[in-house]
Amino acid sequence: MGETITFWVLAVTSVAAALGLVFSRKAVYSALMLGVVMLSLAVLYAVQDAPFLAAVQIIVYTGAVMMLFLFVLMLVGVDSSDSLVETIKGQRFWAVIAGLGFAVLLALAVGNVAFSPATGLGQVVASRDGNVPTLAASIFTRHVFAFEVTSALLITAALGAMVLAHRERVRPKATQRDLARARFAGPQPSPLPGPGTYALHNAIDMPALLPDGTVAVTSINRVLARHEMEEGFEPTDPEKAALIKQVLQKDDARDAEPVEGDKPIQVKDALQDENALSEEDGK
Amino acid sequence: MTTHYLVLSALLFAIGGVGVLVRRNAIVVFMCVELMLNACNLAFVTFARQHGNLDGQLIAFFVMVVAAAEVVIGLAIIVMIFRTRRSASVDNANLLKY
Amino acid sequence: MQSPAEIVQHSGGVIGVSWLMIALPLLGAAILLLGGRRTNKWGHFLGVAMSLGAFVVAVLSFVELTGLDPDQRRRAFELFEFIPGMVNMGMLIDPLSISFALLITGVGSLIHIYSIGYMSHDRDRRRFFAYLNLFVAAMLLLVLSDNYVGLFIGWEGVGLASYLLIGFWQHKPSAATAAQKAFIVNRVGDFGLLIGIFTIWTTFGSLAFADLTQQVTGQASEGTLTAIGLLLLLGACGKSAQLPLQSWLLDAMEGPTPVSALIHAATMVTAGVYLVVRSGAFFEQAPTAQLVVTIVGVATLLAGAIIGCAKDDIKKGLAGSTMSQIGYMMLGAGLGPAGYAFAIGHLITHGFFKANMFLGAGSVMHAMNDEVDMRRYGALFPVMKVTAVTFIIGYLAIIGFPMLSGYYTKEGIIETAMEHNAILGWLAVLGAGLTGFYMSRMIFMTFFGKKRWADDAHPHESPAVMTWPLVILSIGSIGLGAFLILGNRFMNFLSPAVGLPQELPETHVFGFGPAALATLALVAAGAALAWFRYGAAEVPAVAPRGSFLTTFARRDLYGDALNEALLMRPGQWLTRIAVFFDNRGVDGLVNGLAAGIGGTSGRLRRVQNGYVRSYALSILFGAAAVVGALLYVGNM
Repeated sequence: MGETITFWVLAVTSVAAALGLVFSRKAVYSALMLGVVMLSLAVLYAVQDAPFLAAVQIIVYTGAVMMLFLFVLMLVGVDSSDSLVETIKGQRFWAVIAGLGFAVLLALAVGNVAFSPATGLGQVVASRDGNVPTLAASIFTRHVFAFEVTSALLITAALGAMVLAHRERVRPKATQRDLARARFAGPQPSPLPGPGTYALHNAIDMPALLPDGTVAVTSINRVLARHEMEEGFEPTDPEKAALIKQVLQKDDARDAEPVEGDKPIQVKDALQDENALSEEDGK
Repeated sequence: MTTHYLVLSALLFAIGGVGVLVRRNAIVVFMCVELMLNACNLAFVTFARQHGNLDGQLIAFFVMVVAAAEVVIGLAIIVMIFRTRRSASVDNANLLKY
Repeated sequence: MQSPAEIVQHSGGVIGVSWLMIALPLLGAAILLLGGRRTNKWGHFLGVAMSLGAFVVAVLSFVELTGLDPDQRRRAFELFEFIPGMVNMGMLIDPLSISFALLITGVGSLIHIYSIGYMSHDRDRRRFFAYLNLFVAAMLLLVLSDNYVGLFIGWEGVGLASYLLIGFWQHKPSAATAAQKAFIVNRVGDFGLLIGIFTIWTTFGSLAFADLTQQVTGQASEGTLTAIGLLLLLGACGKSAQLPLQSWLLDAMEGPTPVSALIHAATMVTAGVYLVVRSGAFFEQAPTAQLVVTIVGVATLLAGAIIGCAKDDIKKGLAGSTMSQIGYMMLGAGLGPAGYAFAIGHLITHGFFKANMFLGAGSVMHAMNDEVDMRRYGALFPVMKVTAVTFIIGYLAIIGFPMLSGYYTKEGIIETAMEHNAILGWLAVLGAGLTGFYMSRMIFMTFFGKKRWADDAHPHESPAVMTWPLVILSIGSIGLGAFLILGNRFMNFLSPAVGLPQELPETHVFGFGPAALATLALVAAGAALAWFRYGAAEVPAVAPRGSFLTTFARRDLYGDALNEALLMRPGQWLTRIAVFFDNRGVDGLVNGLAAGIGGTSGRLRRVQNGYVRSYALSILFGAAAVVGALLYVGNM
């Protein structure tokens, strides 16, 4: 009775979570839904006389694999929610047909078989003092070769991941000395002006003002500015808002150019922007 | 009870399959593959109990190991693709065609 | 009745080196063709020298031959083994072949000399002389060879030379087309000749004239002999422009005038007559074939005369006349030994007076800026007296004016035909009357009447290098006939080669048999009619429309139309059907298959769209199919 209740609760949960995994827009939600499914399955393993697997499921899957997924998600960018518009003609329709058909076929196959009451693992486990020792005995005796091969597999996977993730350094790493030299050789040895500091808004998202009261373009914090623009928190001063928009547009244009590797916002770019904008003003 | 577990397993497997076919984000596609593997594991565990044989659980264990290795490599590949193409969409990598 | 003499083997003497007759012009042609531009300066002199050299050899051979006993005058000698065990190439010098050789080299040399002047402004004069030499060599090979294979090689050689010379001004599309037409029509005749030679070989096992005596041929059935005769006649018709293969000759006038004179009047076109006479051993024992020869001859002599009546182009008029005169020769050749001497005699005299007139026509054209339309001539007599006088001598010879060359030979043919078959004889007489009309018309339109010259025409007498050959040829036109025919001189001379009839014809200086009288009367009537229509009356400068009969003659008796309707159009349809079948049927099948496979592949490969998810979908379908199949198998 207890098992039946557990099963139905977890079955409904896991199917719902699985559907959520497939249909949620944001990848992080999908990951969380997958976690729910895995936990549910862990419980179902435990119910079905597999305590070791239940533990491994939680530790390996929910613990390690899920974390890996989340890491990569963060690496790739969490905020980019997927467009759900299908681009391949007929793909969605046929996918649903194939999925439903497959499920119905499997269900039919299972439904066609009349199972006798489950044998249970009581006898097997009893001879060796519980589930884990019995499994261990099996792994290290009969299946020891497969187990050892598994270790080779894991090492290969680790090496592969390293090779794939490795990025060849094409020029020597810049030393402190090189950086200092580059800075003084560059257009601006001093740090960029800090964010604005004046009575009402002593905040990092406020650009500094020049002595004549205009905004110092180089002091705009672009990450925050972009965020504010996208979330709709524009500066109240329309002139300032327009300036920030202009700077962001220039950034976008620069990003659109395909560039090898990551591309942090550079001091040079910021100065260029400032010069360009002041030139436009002069005209 | 066995039938129930197996049908649940089939359902999860089918949902995972549909997910693989429908989603474009490579990471989500990967998650769906994991879901399918898990559904298989459930079937293995169920059969182990049905037949009173621990080998089912053993296989499930190995499947987990293999799945872990596969996730490591797969995610590395995804990161690499993302690094060069600035996109994690499986539809973007479609140069190998007619 | 006397049969031809035996052919005896010969060695030494001038006859022993008579192959020089062929070799010299051939060498000339080779030097001129291979020597290229550096022979331009002296090429024409070399050509003339080679031709004259051949003439000298021919004359010396002739002298040596006449020094022998009459029954020893068929000299053959072997040069080399041509096809082992089958044909030995050799020369046959007998009265018949030496007559031809003299005509070819003599008239040929005169025309060579004439061409120096006529072609002096042509950039390709050297090439022209090379072709002329090639022609002379081939023609001599044709008549001097002692077997049918050599004859055939010469036959094809003259065809080639004729093709090259008709198309000499190949930049003119009309000339190029005419050359092709001559070549193609001759193909038909050559095919007949070739089959005829094959038949001779399979029937008698030899192709040498020496082996094919009347005793040998008499053993074959008459049907075989008739077949051989008709096949040889087909070849003769092609080469000699006899009906029904006459259509090429009129177009062949596109070539330079010396070519028309040498090849298409004096020599090559008479090769058919030579073939018939040389093959007398077959024809004389196949009366049906002989009858066909005479019928072809009479039909052609009338057709040529009718065409000649309507042509305004002076060269085409002469070409029609040539057809007609060869018709006479064919008629004579078809009459057996009684006609041979007259046929060959007429051939030789015709060679002189027709070459004379063609060269005269060339001289007139030379003076009139290459104008050929007689309606643009008129009153040329005072301007170019030498040309006019020699032309008129040729004219009198051809219409059979008493005592001139043509009178004796043509009258001889008519008389013999009359004895043989009255209908043929009277038709030949009618042809003579027509000759009187159209030749007089030509004379009146060209030399008399009023000037109808083009505005820029400044007629003048031609240079001496052109007029002297005319004078020499006109002398031949005057006296040669009487010399040959009177006292049966030529008949007796030829007798070792062709035999003699049972009774020799009586010949007179000026005989008035009923046929001769009728002929003379008809010729006079024709000439008078021509005088009234073209001498006394005004000749319009533009041809009037004319009656149906005129159109009929102007269109060459619809020969071309007939050929087109009967041969060309069905051939074209056949080709079109074949092309259609090839394009649509064969190509359609092959290309369709390829296009089908290609198209299907092109569509099918779209399945490989590069999207991983599409592939995954097909994998899932495959998995579902496997599960379904397992279920089905499990339930069975």
